[in-house]
Formats: sequence, structure tokens, C-alpha cells
Amino acid sequence: MSVDDAIRFLPELILILAATLIMVCDPLTSTHRKSTLAVLAFVALLAALAATAYSSTDPGKAFFGMIVVDGFATFFRAIVIVVGLLTVLSSNRFLEREGANSGEFYALLLFSISGQSMMAASNELIILFIGLEISSIASYVMAGFLRDDSRANESALKYFLLGSFASAFLLYGIALVYGVTGATNLSDIGSRMQPDSLLGGVAAALMFVGFGFKISGAPFQMWAPDVYQGAPTPVTAFLSAGPKAAAFAVFVRVFTVAFGNIGDRWEPLIWISALLSMTIGNFAALGQTNVKRMLAYSSIAHAGYVLVAITARSESGVAAVMFYLGAYALMNVGAFTVVGHISRKGERYLRVEDLSGLGVRQPLTAAMFSIFLLSFIGVPLTAGFFGKFYIFKAALQSDLIWLTVLGLLNSAVAAYYYLRVLVVMYMQEPGEAVNEVEPLSPALRLSLICSAAGTLILGIFPSGALHFAVKSAVLK
Amino acid sequence: METFSFYAFAVLVLGGAILTITRRSAVHSAISLIVSLVGVAGLYLLQQAEFLFAVQIVLYIGGIMVLFLFVIMLVNLDEAAKERQFNGQWLIALICATVVGLQVAWFMTKGAGALKLAQVPVAAAQTGAPVSPGNVEAIADVLFSEYLLPFEVASVLLLVAVVGSVVMAKKRI
Amino acid sequence: MMTGVPLSWYLILSVVLFSLGVAGFLFRRNIITIFMSIELMLNAVNLSFVSFSYELKSVNGHLYTLFVMVVAAAEAAVGLAIILTVFKNRGTLNVDELNSLKN
Repeated sequence: MSVDDAIRFLPELILILAATLIMVCDPLTSTHRKSTLAVLAFVALLAALAATAYSSTDPGKAFFGMIVVDGFATFFRAIVIVVGLLTVLSSNRFLEREGANSGEFYALLLFSISGQSMMAASNELIILFIGLEISSIASYVMAGFLRDDSRANESALKYFLLGSFASAFLLYGIALVYGVTGATNLSDIGSRMQPDSLLGGVAAALMFVGFGFKISGAPFQMWAPDVYQGAPTPVTAFLSAGPKAAAFAVFVRVFTVAFGNIGDRWEPLIWISALLSMTIGNFAALGQTNVKRMLAYSSIAHAGYVLVAITARSESGVAAVMFYLGAYALMNVGAFTVVGHISRKGERYLRVEDLSGLGVRQPLTAAMFSIFLLSFIGVPLTAGFFGKFYIFKAALQSDLIWLTVLGLLNSAVAAYYYLRVLVVMYMQEPGEAVNEVEPLSPALRLSLICSAAGTLILGIFPSGALHFAVKSAVLK
Repeated sequence: METFSFYAFAVLVLGGAILTITRRSAVHSAISLIVSLVGVAGLYLLQQAEFLFAVQIVLYIGGIMVLFLFVIMLVNLDEAAKERQFNGQWLIALICATVVGLQVAWFMTKGAGALKLAQVPVAAAQTGAPVSPGNVEAIADVLFSEYLLPFEVASVLLLVAVVGSVVMAKKRI
Repeated sequence: MMTGVPLSWYLILSVVLFSLGVAGFLFRRNIITIFMSIELMLNAVNLSFVSFSYELKSVNGHLYTLFVMVVAAAEAAVGLAIILTVFKNRGTLNVDELNSLKN
């Protein structure tokens, strides 16, 4: 192991060491001072972010080609670490409220992020798989972290069973890839894969099933609403942004680098999945009265939009995926953070009506929630607008006219249920839920302001992030 | 002989698997699963993967399946007490014992020869180095050079699993 | 060394085993049995790794199998802990009775 290798693996190294340190410190801190551990986790994530930036100055492969540091890896590492920072800020208050603030939560969070960061930088199927499992196993436990809450139990169990099921499919795909090409390194697979390989197509399909579960794309989306609804809200925010972004990162990398030759075989699969995800997600969200469940269906629909960009099979498509996932991570974590704040102890207030009058009682919270919702719709001046714009532009460049038209129609349907929340927040009298809501804690305020500011900055000045995405979209 | 062993192990694998997913009682399922896993282990041996054969027996059957049985005991106390199917259990026990016995006997008579034959192709094809004395060493060579990072990272995975199961199962955090 | 058993037989066996696992996952109602079906699927995958490895004369497949076993052990530990917690709170292990999450 050389110094270069270590530097290219530095972000993960910092996260793993910090997680271990937190567990060592946990018994030494008294019950009501667990927030210091949150501070420790926050500092470690900042250090990992700095390490990501530092390692990106010297791109290249490390550990016998197991991991690769390039623009794409750096971009997704940054996304998952930022999601982690926002989650730490929003979960501390939440866990105190539920009487479950403990070091294990932050340790698992850091482990999970280290797994996702590994996935983002993986260039070999085994690192991809182990990273995915580290991320998933930590997430299963986080989903069920409130052990006495039977909804959280059920959420953890469903997440676990379907997650392991998906892993088995992914592995079978990996086995077939190994059998067909004799290689497990993504670049080697790409160069050895025969364009007419039937078994290669089967392998791609099996791996797509595995990834499809992880990104909650239809027809493998059925776990998402239950899991997102039952998990503690800060965890839901994390699950719908971090693991999803990392899964999309490996999805794009594997299908572009390793399966680039057999693109004609898998493109129809993803075309169908994109359409199904958008349609099922948006139409099911229309009828939801529980905000968390509604946002869960909306996240299925957003996975559909990203799949549209993957179907384009072009560099501008990859850039659009990167930009959209960055924007989506910010707005989604923000929206779930607001929901967690309103829901209060025991997560009692989760219906759409419980938000009524929020605009009067807490104008700042309501304003930021509005920014996130408008960004979900894709209104200009928000990140969601440019995200969708680049996706559909990439789709049109690849002559996916029907998919673009259907995607745009879907966006119009989606506007209805987001706007309904806005109407309830601003046009109705304050109800019982909102009247008693406590003021935003400083950490929550910081978390919300950062995600709202990020959403607006990406929406008003998208060129910086987009330029970076376009530059890094060349995957080899 | 090879073909015959393949058929024998394949029957174990598939028979065990079918019983696993059809038996009503979880204990029976678990025991059928063990039979199936033993069959898979036998197939590893047929394909000169002696190291994995050992790991399959020690880790999968000795570790994971025992964990399963413990949990079944913990959660299905009343059901286990209700079902007093000694006959069925004797039968399964007998089958298991026979299978293990046959495997041991096969290994004693044929296994040594198979081991010697395993040396050359695996090691030479991988490293091109002079003959290495067996499958275990060939695996170790690659594991501690090329696969060093996955090996280290797998330990992180196990750490996560330890923390996770303690969090889920501990009485008070 | 020539073997009397061609690669395709192993692969067919692996496919059948994997399908049995999927069938068990989809049709069984007891959570522990469902989890055991996942183990069947993982074993099917391991079997194909070893067979390919034998055919390709490389040990990479063996290493993959080893890592899959490690992952299976980790999953089993966490999964069974989750199952125990669910059983403690619900007193049942039937998936049909786990339906509190709806509107």
C-alpha cells in the first residue's frame, strides 16, 4: 500500500476511524451529553469532505485498480457526505425528543456513508458489493433504530428482507458477468464483453433487478412507501437521498463502463422502468394523506426521471443524472427535515392537514418547505427546474421523444399533489398540530437553511455544478 | 465416479432446497437447508475448492445455521413444544448422519488424490509462478495482495454487523 | 484434469436452486423461512462462482464466494436481530400480519 493509495481512500478511512472513535467515546459520555458525539460526527464528515476535495486533485486508480478517483467519484462522494452532514444536523434534536440519542446512531450513520462513498469510487465489482452491503446493513438498523416503535420495526424488517433479496439478484448478475468475461474489474469487463453476448444480457438484466430495488425504481418499488413511512423521519431523509444517490452512481458506472457494449439489450428495460416509475410514483402519490408516504411515492417518481437520463446513454445523460441527484438530495433531505420537525414526539402529526396554517405560525419553516416543494415540481429558479431541463434535453438528444413527452406529462400530474400541500400550508387556519409546534432549534435551522440555499443556488447559478458534471461525465 | 458424486450431491442440494421451502415447521426447514448446504459443500469439493468446502461447513453450517436454529428456538417456543414429531426427526437425523458419514468416507478414500490434482492448474494459471502447494495457498496469495482492500473492508462490514445486531437486540441502549 | 461433469450441469443446478430460493421468498409466509430462502439464493450464486472459477482456472471466483459468505454472515446476524425485535413487539412472524403501515 503506497501513500497515493491511502490518499485516494482517505475519505472512507476518516469516516471509518471516526465511527470507531464515536463508539469508544459513547460509554464515556453521560446520557444527556450525547450531542457531543453528534459534533464529533459532524467534524468527521467535514474532514471527509475536505479529504474528498484533496484526493480529487490527483485522480487515478488505487489498490490494484479496486477503486478509482475521478470527477464522477468525487461528485458522488461529495453528495453522500453532504447528505450525512444535513442528517446529523436534523437527527440530533429528533433523537433527543424520542429519547434515543446515542453514539451508535452516529457510528452507524458514518459507517453507512463510508460504504456509499466506497460505492461511488468503486471500480471493481467486489468493492461495489461490499460497499453496498456496508451501506445497506447500517441503513437497515437505522430504519429500526427506535426499537419500541412497531412501525419502525416493520420498516426495518421489510427493508432488510427486500434489500437482501435484491443483493442476491445483484450477485447472480455479478457471477454471470464473471463467467462470461472472466473479469471483475469494470474496465476489463467493458473491453471483453461481446456485443452479441446473450448471457451478458441476462447478467445486465439481473444486475438491473438488484439496482432497481436499491434505487426504488418500478417495478421494484413496493418496499419504498412502507419503509420510508415507518422509519424515523431523519433516517427516511437519509435513506431517500444517500443510499439512493450511491446506488445510482454504481448503476451508471456499471452500465456505462462494463455494459456499454451491450447497450441495445438493456436500454428497453430501463425505458420501461423509467416510464413505470414516473407513472406509478406520481399517480399513487395523488391519493396519499400521509406526508411521508406521499414524499416516498414522489421519490419513486424522481427515480423515474433519473432513469430517463440513463436511458439516453450519452455523456450529457450522465451529466444530467449527476446534476439531478445533487439537486434532489438537497431538496429531499430538506423536505423530510421539515416533516420531522412538524411531526413531534412519537411522530403523531404526519397528515397533510396537520400542516395547515404553518405559513402563519412559522413563516420561515413554511417558506423553506415551499422552496423544496416548488423544486420538486420543477419551477424555474429552483434546482429541480434545471435538473429536469437537463434530463429531458439529454433524452431529446438521444431521440427518446415519447419518453420525454410522457415524462413532461408526469411532471404536470405531480404538480397537483405538491401544490395541494402549499395550499394547505398557506390558505387554511392553523390547526392543533401547528399551534403547539416548537420553534426551530439552531441545528435544524442551519440544516434547513443550507439545503434551501443549495436548492436556490443550483437553480439560479447552475453553470458551476453543471460544468463540473459535464467534465466528469466521461467514464472509462 | 465424478458424475455419480455430482448426481448424489445435486440430489442433496435440490432435495434439501425443496424441503426447506415446503416444510411447515421452521426447524424442519432449517435442517433441510443444512442438508442442502452440505450438498453445495460437496460440489465445491468436486470442483477442487477445498478451502471453500471447509469454510462452507464451518462458517455456513456451523455458524449461520446454528444462529438460525437459536432464533427459531427463541421465537417459536410453543410451536416447537407442540410438535412432537420424533419419528420425522429421527429420520432427518439419520439422513444427516449418513450424509456426513458418506462424505467423510469419500474424502478419506478419494479426497487425498483430488487434492494432489488440484495443485497445478489453479496456482499455475493464476500467478504463473512455480507450483504452489494447493488451493488454500493460491487463495491466500491473491487475497493478501490484489484483494487486500476488500479483505480489510470486509472487516468493517463485520464491525457494522456487530454494532447493528447489538443495537437491535440489546435491552437498553 | 478432465472432469466428467460439464460446466452447464453446474449452472443448471445453480439456476434451479436460485429459482427455488425465489419461489420460497415469494410464497412462504413465515419470515424465518423467507430469510432461509435468501440463503438458498446466495448458495446458488456461490455455486456458479465456484463453477466458473473452475472452468476459467482462476481463483477470483473462490474469493468472491468467500466474501459472499462473509456478507451472508453479517446479514444473518443483523437480520435475525431485527426479526427478534419484531417478534418481541408483535408476537408474530407471519408477513401477512405485518401491515400497520398504510393510510
